Amino acid sequence: MGALAAGVGDAAPPFALATASGESVSLATLRGRVVYVDFWASWCGPCRRSFPWMNEMQQKYGARGLAIVGINVDKKRSDAERFLQQTPAGFTIVFDEPGVTPAAYAVKGMPSSYLIDAQGNISAVEIGFFDDHKAAIEERIRALLAARG
Amino acid sequence: MRLLILLLPAVLATACATVVPPQPWEKGDLAKPSMQIDPDPLALKIDQHIYASKEAATGGYGIGGGGCGCN
Repeated sequence: MGALAAGVGDAAPPFALATASGESVSLATLRGRVVYVDFWASWCGPCRRSFPWMNEMQQKYGARGLAIVGINVDKKRSDAERFLQQTPAGFTIVFDEPGVTPAAYAVKGMPSSYLIDAQGNISAVEIGFFDDHKAAIEERIRALLAARG
Repeated sequence: MRLLILLLPAVLATACATVVPPQPWEKGDLAKPSMQIDPDPLALKIDQHIYASKEAATGGYGIGGGGCGCN
């Protein structure tokens, strides 16, 4: 299986996934905003630490055009729901149990996050979640928000 | 007949080529406590100490070498 083009500089692979309430979220409708796509699962330890930070980012920069989309890849929806009860998300959560989207993004580890600029191209890829990377990612977000005009 | 018995393992082994290791996002089962080498931390510590003192062996468990599923 070839690694599909999902590196820095490539166009972000499209997806259209449903939230818990059935609403459809897609990259196409988010075009023009800076999108932070995060692949997470209930069994992933670093994901638990990343959620408070992502909540903070969404709150700080949502009004300026940041849209964080957490794509859940749990096999059992109840596992994801239990995680969300313990660690609430202040950003959009969608579900991709078949795992089509992580395959399209050639996810190498969990969690993986992809920062997508307002033109729909991947600006940064982060495998894992590290506290000492948070400041750099936030800087990147601010730069992309400023660049979208 | 003997030829068939000799060739059968080779034929069956080709099925192994179709087995694909799990993708990073499919490793949920590996993260379960029952999938740890030894879920009891005290017993694990004793084992690790024995490996280290008797065999000078370390590692092979945890994030990179183990099956926690976060890689």
